[in-house]
Amino acid sequence: MNKPIRETPGSFRSARPYLLLLPAFLCLAAFTYWPMLQVLLASLSDKKRVGDSGTFVGVENYFRIFQDAHFLGALANNALYAAGTVIPSVLFGFLFALGLRETTNLSSILRSVLFFPTLVPLVGAAAVFIFVFMPDIGLLDYYLAKLGVSATNWLGNPDLALVSLMALTTWKNAGYYMLFFLAGLQGVPQDAEEAAKIEGANWLQRLYFVIIPMLGPTFAFVMVIALISAVSQIDHVIVMTDGGPNNSTSLLLYYIYQQAHEFYDLGKATAATVVTLIALLTLSFLSMRTVERKVHYET
Amino acid sequence: MKPDIKKWLAPGALLAATMCAVVFLWSTPFLWMLIASFRPDAGGGLGMASLFPDFTPTLQSYRYAIEDGYWPLWFLNSTILVTGTLVVQLVTISLAGYAFARIRFPGKEAIFYIFLLQLMLAPPVLIVPNLTTLVHLGLYDSLIGVMAPYWGSAFGTFLMRQTFRTIPKDFEEAAIIDGASWWQVLRYVLIPLSLPGLTAFSIVSVVYHWNEFLWPLMVINDPDKMVLTVGLVSFAQGAEGASDWGLIAAGTLFIMAPLFIAFTAFQRQFVNSFMSSGVK
Repeated sequence: MNKPIRETPGSFRSARPYLLLLPAFLCLAAFTYWPMLQVLLASLSDKKRVGDSGTFVGVENYFRIFQDAHFLGALANNALYAAGTVIPSVLFGFLFALGLRETTNLSSILRSVLFFPTLVPLVGAAAVFIFVFMPDIGLLDYYLAKLGVSATNWLGNPDLALVSLMALTTWKNAGYYMLFFLAGLQGVPQDAEEAAKIEGANWLQRLYFVIIPMLGPTFAFVMVIALISAVSQIDHVIVMTDGGPNNSTSLLLYYIYQQAHEFYDLGKATAATVVTLIALLTLSFLSMRTVERKVHYET
Repeated sequence: MKPDIKKWLAPGALLAATMCAVVFLWSTPFLWMLIASFRPDAGGGLGMASLFPDFTPTLQSYRYAIEDGYWPLWFLNSTILVTGTLVVQLVTISLAGYAFARIRFPGKEAIFYIFLLQLMLAPPVLIVPNLTTLVHLGLYDSLIGVMAPYWGSAFGTFLMRQTFRTIPKDFEEAAIIDGASWWQVLRYVLIPLSLPGLTAFSIVSVVYHWNEFLWPLMVINDPDKMVLTVGLVSFAQGAEGASDWGLIAAGTLFIMAPLFIAFTAFQRQFVNSFMSSGVK
């Protein structure tokens, strides 16, 4: 006969799951939910600095930011930056993983090299990339000159500065996303691919009809983390451009940081934070939905 | 045996060659950094960008970097930050992950979604209110203040829930029949079997916090509590450092060194734990 299972008193048993969740929850509450509420309230008041006791002004701050050319610029820049970093870095991550799968002999060396940029701190990479983008003497121009391309002021030109930041972000993140795709590719059943092969599907057809649909959840996940990082990273802006030239690299988080810590305009900073939060939640939700619709689940 | 020439000429070889070329291009900024850090007269000028190493490598940049920065202090602070964040995280995510993976309780689904909300709202986005909270808690200008917002991790909780779920329930039932309490089951059955998941989370957490810049920059005022990334920027933007690329490259390599060494040494375990942990 089995020994009787040792039971803890009933009231503790039913409280246990909540107690287990409590430590994590307390922290999330203090630094995520409570600040969200705070930021919402502050965005409706005329506080200038942290600690002011402001009065309620309704949605005035929102009118103020939506009339502020700098904010609208930051919003547009961030949208561009998100598109220009998420698409190439996810695509490169996927292609790298696919390439590594086919080159088994070298894969561990190639994989390490592609992953290294992930380990470089963004501020360090930004400091180094200032040199990469220097006109004439920088790494990029030095080698482009050998191909006959004339000197370009990458970071000093308002049309190119944001693109240069996108290139840095793509360089840094693609290797990280590659790991998720490598993991995902391991989960693609061999027999599904074999079956497609037998039916005469070429490599591209197998890629499109077998591999990509199977990786649907991976694409969804990676796109969401890439989108989140496109809105929550500004180290390189602070180090490389300070939002310039002509505010062409001012992103949402940089705008918030500037309003709060340089111009002491908490109203604008908090209203911009709320808009950023809404944008983040909407984008994450939409990208999950879109990709999920293309996923073919095994039944 | 005949050498299989056809196999070498197959698309596989072409692909391998392309991959090597792409990987070389991808590594150029990093290669340049490495070369520049050993180059004499690294003050700039034409030829600085060359990827061909000079024949007289020098450790001069490293010497200047060591003299100019408070590296031991910054290393210590970064180590405290990363360790203090991770240790608490491992406890909170294991407990919460266990509750979500194994216990049925009212409100579970709703609470889970509330947790997931944080995945999208990394603390840097909430800089302004989080600084206010730190001031109220008396944690402003302390390393604890830099750590605290990360002690509860939705990502980690989610990851541990997935990992625990992949472990067959039979193991636990066997332990329970032998008289183990829920705590012993967690401690002696589930946690040891979840090491790949815990390792993967630890890697992500350590890399993130070792390299984080904005949040420590905002929270810390006292130079004695400065971390590596903030130190690097203050030193790269200093009067002497401003155009000394060798110095900046050397400083950046200093910061990366521990992560780089750890990654190179544990490459296989690193990638395997990442892949088998269900980080998908």
